[in-house]
Amino acid sequence: MLEWLVYILVLGGVFFLFIAAIGVVRMPDLYNRMHATSKAGTLGVGLILVAVAVFYQELSVAARALSILAFIVLTAPVAAHALGRAAYLSGVKPCKDTYIDELAGHYQANHRLESVETEATQRKL
Amino acid sequence: MRAFVYNVVLTIFWMAVTEAFTLENFLVGFVICFLILLLARPLFDAPSRRYFTLAWKLPRFVLLMLWEIVLSSLRVAQAVLSPRMPIKPGIIAYPLEVRSDLEITLLANLITLTPGTLSLDVSSDRKVLYVHGMFVDDPQKVIESTHESLEKAILEVTR
Repeated sequence: MLEWLVYILVLGGVFFLFIAAIGVVRMPDLYNRMHATSKAGTLGVGLILVAVAVFYQELSVAARALSILAFIVLTAPVAAHALGRAAYLSGVKPCKDTYIDELAGHYQANHRLESVETEATQRKL
Repeated sequence: MRAFVYNVVLTIFWMAVTEAFTLENFLVGFVICFLILLLARPLFDAPSRRYFTLAWKLPRFVLLMLWEIVLSSLRVAQAVLSPRMPIKPGIIAYPLEVRSDLEITLLANLITLTPGTLSLDVSSDRKVLYVHGMFVDDPQKVIESTHESLEKAILEVTR
Protein backbone atom coordinates (compact mmCIF):
# COMPACT_ATOMS: atom_id res chain seq x y z
CA MET A 1 0.00 0.00 0.00
CA LEU A 2 2.68 2.45 1.09
CA GLU A 3 4.84 1.29 -1.76
CA TRP A 4 2.17 2.43 -4.20
CA LEU A 5 2.03 5.81 -2.54
CA VAL A 6 5.79 6.09 -3.03
CA TYR A 7 5.44 5.09 -6.69
CA ILE A 8 2.74 7.69 -7.25
CA LEU A 9 4.73 10.42 -5.53
CA VAL A 10 7.93 9.67 -7.46
CA LEU A 11 6.06 9.46 -10.74
CA GLY A 12 4.34 12.76 -10.02
CA GLY A 13 7.67 14.36 -9.18
CA VAL A 14 9.30 13.07 -12.35
CA PHE A 15 6.29 14.24 -14.36
CA PHE A 16 6.57 17.80 -13.09
CA LEU A 17 10.34 17.90 -13.59
CA PHE A 18 9.71 16.70 -17.14
CA ILE A 19 7.14 19.47 -17.59
CA ALA A 20 9.72 21.98 -16.39
CA ALA A 21 12.23 20.64 -18.92
CA ILE A 22 9.71 20.83 -21.78
CA GLY A 23 8.77 24.30 -20.65
CA VAL A 24 12.37 25.45 -20.90
CA VAL A 25 12.45 24.30 -24.50
CA ARG A 26 9.00 25.44 -25.62
CA MET A 27 8.50 28.80 -23.93
CA PRO A 28 9.09 31.86 -26.11
CA ASP A 29 11.42 33.89 -23.88
CA LEU A 30 13.55 33.73 -20.74
CA TYR A 31 10.90 35.14 -18.42
CA ASN A 32 8.34 32.55 -19.40
CA ARG A 33 10.92 29.79 -19.11
CA MET A 34 11.53 30.90 -15.55
CA HIS A 35 7.87 30.23 -14.80
CA ALA A 36 8.26 26.62 -15.85
CA THR A 37 11.43 25.96 -13.87
CA SER A 38 10.53 27.79 -10.68
CA LYS A 39 7.05 26.32 -10.26
CA ALA A 40 7.03 22.88 -11.82
CA GLY A 41 10.63 22.31 -10.73
CA THR A 42 9.82 23.09 -7.10
CA LEU A 43 6.81 20.79 -7.04
CA GLY A 44 8.72 18.00 -8.79
CA VAL A 45 11.61 18.03 -6.34
CA GLY A 46 9.17 18.41 -3.45
CA LEU A 47 7.15 15.34 -4.43
CA ILE A 48 10.30 13.25 -4.74
CA LEU A 49 11.46 14.41 -1.30
CA VAL A 50 8.09 13.52 0.23
CA ALA A 51 8.37 10.12 -1.45
CA VAL A 52 11.79 9.63 0.19
CA ALA A 53 10.32 10.51 3.59
CA VAL A 54 7.43 8.07 3.11
CA PHE A 55 9.73 5.32 1.85
CA TYR A 56 12.18 5.33 4.77
CA GLN A 57 9.62 6.05 7.50
CA GLU A 58 12.24 7.38 9.88
CA LEU A 59 11.95 10.64 11.69
CA SER A 60 15.55 11.66 10.96
CA VAL A 61 15.13 11.08 7.23
CA ALA A 62 11.77 12.84 7.21
CA ALA A 63 13.20 15.81 9.09
CA ARG A 64 16.02 16.11 6.59
CA ALA A 65 13.69 15.77 3.61
CA LEU A 66 11.36 18.40 5.03
CA SER A 67 14.16 20.85 5.73
CA ILE A 68 15.51 20.40 2.19
CA LEU A 69 11.99 21.02 0.92
CA ALA A 70 11.68 24.17 3.04
CA PHE A 71 14.97 25.53 1.70
CA ILE A 72 14.00 24.77 -1.89
CA VAL A 73 10.67 26.54 -1.48
CA LEU A 74 12.51 29.52 -0.01
CA THR A 75 15.38 29.69 -2.50
CA ALA A 76 13.88 28.70 -5.87
CA PRO A 77 11.91 31.95 -6.17
CA VAL A 78 14.98 33.93 -5.13
CA ALA A 79 16.97 32.28 -7.90
CA ALA A 80 14.21 33.04 -10.40
CA HIS A 81 14.14 36.64 -9.24
CA ALA A 82 17.92 37.01 -9.51
CA LEU A 83 18.01 35.46 -12.98
CA GLY A 84 15.08 37.50 -14.22
CA ARG A 85 16.49 40.74 -12.88
CA ALA A 86 19.95 40.05 -14.28
CA ALA A 87 18.42 39.20 -17.66
CA TYR A 88 16.37 42.38 -17.71
CA LEU A 89 19.33 44.52 -16.72
CA SER A 90 21.56 43.01 -19.38
CA GLY A 91 18.95 43.79 -22.01
CA VAL A 92 17.16 40.52 -22.70
CA LYS A 93 13.97 41.62 -24.41
CA PRO A 94 10.65 40.01 -23.52
CA CYS A 95 9.14 38.12 -26.45
CA LYS A 96 6.98 40.00 -28.92
CA ASP A 97 3.75 38.52 -27.55
CA THR A 98 4.38 40.40 -24.34
CA TYR A 99 1.26 42.34 -23.66
CA ILE A 100 2.56 45.20 -21.50
CA ASP A 101 5.94 46.05 -20.02
CA GLU A 102 5.58 48.47 -17.15
CA LEU A 103 9.18 47.90 -16.13
CA ALA A 104 10.52 49.37 -19.35
CA GLY A 105 12.61 52.47 -18.82
CA HIS A 106 12.47 52.49 -15.04
CA TYR A 107 15.95 51.21 -14.39
CA GLN A 108 18.37 54.05 -13.88
CA ALA A 109 22.01 53.97 -14.91
CA ASN A 110 23.16 52.90 -11.43
CA HIS A 111 20.66 49.99 -11.40
CA ARG A 112 18.36 51.77 -8.99
CA LEU A 113 14.77 51.02 -9.83
CA GLU A 114 12.19 53.74 -9.55
CA SER A 115 8.58 53.10 -8.65
CA VAL A 116 5.72 53.95 -10.96
CA GLU A 117 2.15 55.04 -10.56
CA THR A 118 -0.02 53.52 -13.23
CA GLU A 119 -3.76 53.62 -13.53
CA ALA A 120 -4.00 50.19 -11.95
CA THR A 121 -1.80 50.96 -8.94
CA GLN A 122 -3.70 54.13 -8.18
CA ARG A 123 -7.09 52.48 -8.34
CA LYS A 124 -6.03 49.98 -5.70
CA LEU A 125 -4.66 52.53 -3.24
CA MET B 1 8.67 35.61 21.51
CA ARG B 2 8.87 35.24 25.28
CA ALA B 3 6.21 32.55 25.20
CA PHE B 4 8.30 30.63 22.66
CA VAL B 5 11.37 30.78 24.92
CA TYR B 6 9.27 29.48 27.81
CA ASN B 7 8.02 26.71 25.60
CA VAL B 8 11.53 25.60 24.66
CA VAL B 9 12.80 25.81 28.24
CA LEU B 10 9.85 23.81 29.53
CA THR B 11 10.47 21.24 26.82
CA ILE B 12 14.08 20.84 27.96
CA PHE B 13 12.78 20.21 31.48
CA TRP B 14 10.34 17.69 30.04
CA MET B 15 13.16 15.85 28.29
CA ALA B 16 15.25 15.85 31.46
CA VAL B 17 12.38 14.49 33.54
CA THR B 18 11.46 11.80 31.03
CA GLU B 19 15.18 11.01 30.51
CA ALA B 20 15.02 10.79 26.75
CA PHE B 21 16.91 13.37 24.70
CA THR B 22 15.58 12.35 21.31
CA LEU B 23 13.91 14.31 18.56
CA GLU B 24 10.66 12.38 19.07
CA ASN B 25 10.57 13.21 22.73
CA PHE B 26 11.36 16.84 22.01
CA LEU B 27 8.39 17.08 19.65
CA VAL B 28 6.05 15.36 22.11
CA GLY B 29 7.27 17.57 24.95
CA PHE B 30 6.96 20.69 22.82
CA VAL B 31 3.31 19.99 22.09
CA ILE B 32 2.52 19.19 25.73
CA CYS B 33 4.32 22.30 26.99
CA PHE B 34 2.50 24.36 24.38
CA LEU B 35 -0.83 23.11 25.70
CA ILE B 36 0.23 23.93 29.26
CA LEU B 37 1.26 27.45 28.23
CA LEU B 38 -2.06 27.78 26.43
CA LEU B 39 -3.77 27.34 29.81
CA ALA B 40 -1.55 30.08 31.22
CA ARG B 41 -2.35 32.41 28.33
CA PRO B 42 -3.93 35.21 30.42
CA LEU B 43 -0.64 35.63 32.30
CA PHE B 44 1.20 36.86 29.19
CA ASP B 45 1.12 40.42 27.90
CA ALA B 46 -0.42 41.15 24.52
CA PRO B 47 2.73 41.00 22.32
CA SER B 48 3.75 37.62 23.77
CA ARG B 49 0.25 36.31 23.33
CA ARG B 50 0.66 36.61 19.57
CA TYR B 51 2.66 33.39 19.80
CA PHE B 52 -0.55 31.47 20.44
CA THR B 53 -2.46 32.90 17.50
CA LEU B 54 0.60 32.28 15.31
CA ALA B 55 0.52 28.62 16.33
CA TRP B 56 -2.54 28.05 14.20
CA LYS B 57 -2.07 30.83 11.67
CA LEU B 58 1.41 29.72 10.62
CA PRO B 59 0.45 26.12 9.68
CA ARG B 60 -2.49 27.50 7.73
CA PHE B 61 -0.14 29.88 5.92
CA VAL B 62 2.26 27.04 5.06
CA LEU B 63 -0.62 24.96 3.75
CA LEU B 64 -1.77 27.85 1.60
CA MET B 65 1.76 28.16 0.22
CA LEU B 66 1.97 24.44 -0.64
CA TRP B 67 -1.48 24.50 -2.23
CA GLU B 68 -0.50 27.48 -4.39
CA ILE B 69 2.60 25.60 -5.58
CA VAL B 70 0.46 22.64 -6.66
CA LEU B 71 -2.05 24.87 -8.45
CA SER B 72 0.61 26.85 -10.27
CA SER B 73 2.46 23.74 -11.38
CA LEU B 74 -0.74 22.35 -12.85
CA ARG B 75 -1.35 25.62 -14.65
CA VAL B 76 2.20 25.62 -16.04
CA ALA B 77 1.82 21.98 -17.07
CA GLN B 78 -1.38 22.82 -18.89
CA ALA B 79 0.26 25.73 -20.70
CA VAL B 80 3.40 23.77 -21.58
CA LEU B 81 1.55 20.74 -22.91
CA SER B 82 -1.10 22.52 -24.95
CA PRO B 83 -0.11 22.66 -28.63
CA ARG B 84 -0.79 26.34 -29.23
CA MET B 85 0.57 27.72 -25.92
CA PRO B 86 -2.23 30.03 -24.78
CA ILE B 87 0.04 32.48 -22.98
CA LYS B 88 -0.25 36.22 -22.74
CA PRO B 89 2.87 37.42 -20.97
CA GLY B 90 3.36 40.88 -19.56
CA ILE B 91 5.29 42.79 -16.91
CA ILE B 92 3.14 44.73 -14.48
CA ALA B 93 3.79 47.02 -11.53
CA TYR B 94 2.28 45.76 -8.30
CA PRO B 95 1.79 48.40 -5.58
CA LEU B 96 3.07 47.01 -2.27
CA GLU B 97 1.11 47.40 0.91
CA VAL B 98 3.59 45.40 3.00
CA ARG B 99 6.61 47.34 4.17
CA SER B 100 9.22 45.34 6.07
CA ASP B 101 11.98 43.32 4.41
CA LEU B 102 10.58 40.03 5.70
CA GLU B 103 7.11 40.75 4.37
CA ILE B 104 8.36 41.81 0.95
CA THR B 105 10.55 38.73 0.72
CA LEU B 106 7.66 36.47 1.67
CA LEU B 107 5.34 38.16 -0.78
CA ALA B 108 7.87 38.04 -3.62
CA ASN B 109 8.48 34.35 -2.97
CA LEU B 110 4.78 33.58 -2.81
CA ILE B 111 4.11 35.54 -5.99
CA THR B 112 6.71 33.46 -7.79
CA LEU B 113 5.13 30.27 -6.51
CA THR B 114 1.56 31.19 -7.39
CA PRO B 115 -0.08 30.50 -10.75
CA GLY B 116 1.09 32.64 -13.61
CA THR B 117 3.14 35.25 -11.79
CA LEU B 118 6.87 35.68 -11.18
CA SER B 119 8.38 38.54 -9.21
CA LEU B 120 11.21 40.27 -11.05
CA ASP B 121 12.35 43.18 -8.89
CA VAL B 122 11.40 45.62 -6.15
CA SER B 123 11.72 49.32 -6.74
CA SER B 124 14.42 50.97 -4.67
CA ASP B 125 11.90 52.87 -2.55
CA ARG B 126 10.02 49.60 -1.90
CA LYS B 127 6.70 50.83 -3.13
CA VAL B 128 6.32 48.74 -6.23
CA LEU B 129 7.04 45.12 -7.04
CA TYR B 130 7.52 44.38 -10.73
CA VAL B 131 5.82 41.12 -11.60
CA HIS B 132 6.06 39.08 -14.78
CA GLY B 133 2.75 37.43 -15.53
CA MET B 134 2.16 34.57 -17.89
CA PHE B 135 -1.56 35.05 -18.34
CA VAL B 136 -2.11 38.81 -18.10
CA ASP B 137 -5.51 39.54 -19.53
CA ASP B 138 -6.07 42.50 -17.28
CA PRO B 139 -3.32 43.91 -15.02
CA GLN B 140 -5.92 45.19 -12.58
CA LYS B 141 -7.31 41.68 -12.10
CA VAL B 142 -3.86 40.22 -11.43
CA ILE B 143 -3.16 42.91 -8.85
CA GLU B 144 -6.49 42.39 -7.14
CA SER B 145 -6.26 38.61 -6.93
CA THR B 146 -2.69 38.77 -5.63
CA HIS B 147 -3.72 41.27 -3.01
CA GLU B 148 -6.73 39.23 -1.91
CA SER B 149 -5.11 35.83 -1.75
CA LEU B 150 -1.49 36.53 -0.79
CA GLU B 151 -0.84 39.94 0.68
CA LYS B 152 -3.66 39.62 3.19
CA ALA B 153 -2.45 36.18 4.27
CA ILE B 154 1.05 37.56 4.85
CA LEU B 155 -0.22 40.52 6.83
CA GLU B 156 -2.20 38.14 9.02
CA VAL B 157 0.93 36.20 9.92
CA THR B 158 3.38 39.06 10.35
CA ARG B 159 1.24 41.65 12.08
